Amino acid sequence: MHQQTETTLHRSVVRENPYQPHMARIVRVYNMVADNYLFTLRFVDEQIAGTFTHRPGQFIMLSLPGTGEAPISISSSPSRPGVLELCVRRVGRVTNALYRCRTNDLVAIRGPYGNGFPMEELMGKNVLLVAGGLGIAPLRSLLWYAIDNRGRFENITVMYGARTPQDMLFRDELVSLVGRTDLTCLLTVDEDPGGDWKGHIGLLPQLFDYLAIRPERTCAAVCGPPVVYRFILKRLLDLGFTKDRILMSLERRMRCGVGKCGHCSVGYKYTCIHGPIFTYWDAINLPEMI
Amino acid sequence: MKILKLEKGKLDLFASVVQQFGEVHAPTEHEGKFSFKRLNSWSEARLDYNRTVLPPRKYFLPPRETLFKYREATGYVPATEDLEKRVVLFGVHACDIHALNILDEVFGKGYLDPYYLTRRKNITIIGIDCTPDEHCFCRSMRADFAETGFDLFLKDIGDHYLTFVGTARGDDMVIATGPLFSEVTHSDIVEYKRRSSQKCDTFKLDLEIRDLPEIFELEYQADIWEELGEKCLSCGNCSMVCPTCYCYDVADEVKLGSHDGDRVRLWDSCLFATHALVAGGENFRKTRSSRIKFRFYHKQRGFVAEYGRPSCVGCGRCIEACPVGINIVGVINRLRGVEHASTD
Repeated sequence: MHQQTETTLHRSVVRENPYQPHMARIVRVYNMVADNYLFTLRFVDEQIAGTFTHRPGQFIMLSLPGTGEAPISISSSPSRPGVLELCVRRVGRVTNALYRCRTNDLVAIRGPYGNGFPMEELMGKNVLLVAGGLGIAPLRSLLWYAIDNRGRFENITVMYGARTPQDMLFRDELVSLVGRTDLTCLLTVDEDPGGDWKGHIGLLPQLFDYLAIRPERTCAAVCGPPVVYRFILKRLLDLGFTKDRILMSLERRMRCGVGKCGHCSVGYKYTCIHGPIFTYWDAINLPEMI
Repeated sequence: MKILKLEKGKLDLFASVVQQFGEVHAPTEHEGKFSFKRLNSWSEARLDYNRTVLPPRKYFLPPRETLFKYREATGYVPATEDLEKRVVLFGVHACDIHALNILDEVFGKGYLDPYYLTRRKNITIIGIDCTPDEHCFCRSMRADFAETGFDLFLKDIGDHYLTFVGTARGDDMVIATGPLFSEVTHSDIVEYKRRSSQKCDTFKLDLEIRDLPEIFELEYQADIWEELGEKCLSCGNCSMVCPTCYCYDVADEVKLGSHDGDRVRLWDSCLFATHALVAGGENFRKTRSSRIKFRFYHKQRGFVAEYGRPSCVGCGRCIEACPVGINIVGVINRLRGVEHASTD
């Protein structure tokens, strides 16, 4: 009888292994700005490629065989399945190895992981996305999900700030949204050394001057470097947003993605399974969160 | 629960029969310290040990294990070689069994860790009684008696061991050795209860865990954390010897001159400076004081929120292993405002 149990468990290592990465092919490498590429990936296994889905705000564990594994947020929307888009800055060992890859090279992926944005909470409400710099990476998934399911949301507003026009991620795509009538897209750059930026110049919080929003019917999703949180959170509170209506996406060191390895723990929560999307209320209550 | 008794003089006979259930490992002595090791002969077993340097965790979450083999043609292929080994751990203390039950919560809930769980199934646990020494505080952590998590548990009642049968496999072991076991008598029960309450009185360390999560929240900014940070060497000894610490690192190791390699899992410690470091250089726990605070906070506050009990069993290993004498019982009693004479 024991023998039978062992065989079952042995099989779980092979078949139901949560750490099992699946091979994926790089189908496109797009140089968005210096040291910030957009990688488009497709699982080699057609069944996985055809069935993989995620919630906006979730992440995957990306393996570069021989180099290691790192958590990367998914920038594409589940409303556009078949491929995964990862907006990756070259900062660490794994991302450096990824930058040496070319189209058709193989990497490995497992996931998706994390809670993602609470879509049932966001549907039927106004959605305000505020991103600074690389913070657009996880929010872009939510943005396109909302656009592709336009009827399920009230007003959609996106505010994005980059240092210069040359640092603006998804620039063409976002600029193309500016003229649309079904959503509001506000873009700004801190400075414009090249002199070719036709939009707003100034810091991200200044975009609030152009905003007409009813906080009681709105959820805000914020992502960016610490300076963004410092100014934007206060601004949102001043506008009357309650702390559980402000969502933020966090970054932590992760080795497992499934709530075991301990690295991503903040206070008494794990970023990988309880997050990476937390409310501002969580952030206040969990030590060392931001 | 099925309870029988085993004559002490027949323990070696019992151990020899138990071999058919797996390789027998038990505490052995080396230069005054104890460690779980494979026995060459039963005479090496030291069932009167106080605590082993490393807890039994090393059998379930080894210090280093290969999770996958990477081959260029096949990608990541799960490594299964070591998982089928059948081991009998003979002489595990109640606190260490509690620790395994805690690890079961971590690796056996939510996403299941098949490596840990396969080992847990293949390793037989025979628990044994112990006598608390000056570092033990398992009673305070409610871990001085194990109700589950063992196949057999032996309780000393003088000439005999009361043998609690915890699983079907434990029962198989009893049946395999048949005539060695006999029925428990009324006087055995009386003797057991006498010894049990006597043991309760021998603890030298004590702490109250009832409202610790609240105390930790209230004292999050207390000076004691800075003080401990000054003292702590960030050596990680306390987490290496901890029976419930489960933090691990994962790394890909490439074989020289090839593209093939292994993905390995290695013990890690939240005391290490890189534990909360992310790519790009941001470190969420830069200071030693923030890291040692995190370790205590996670065990006594964070784990309670997630799993309903602290992830500490009071085994005393961290107290014994700390090179600068940081004593978790002393720290907690100070946070609580209770000075305890024997913890300084």
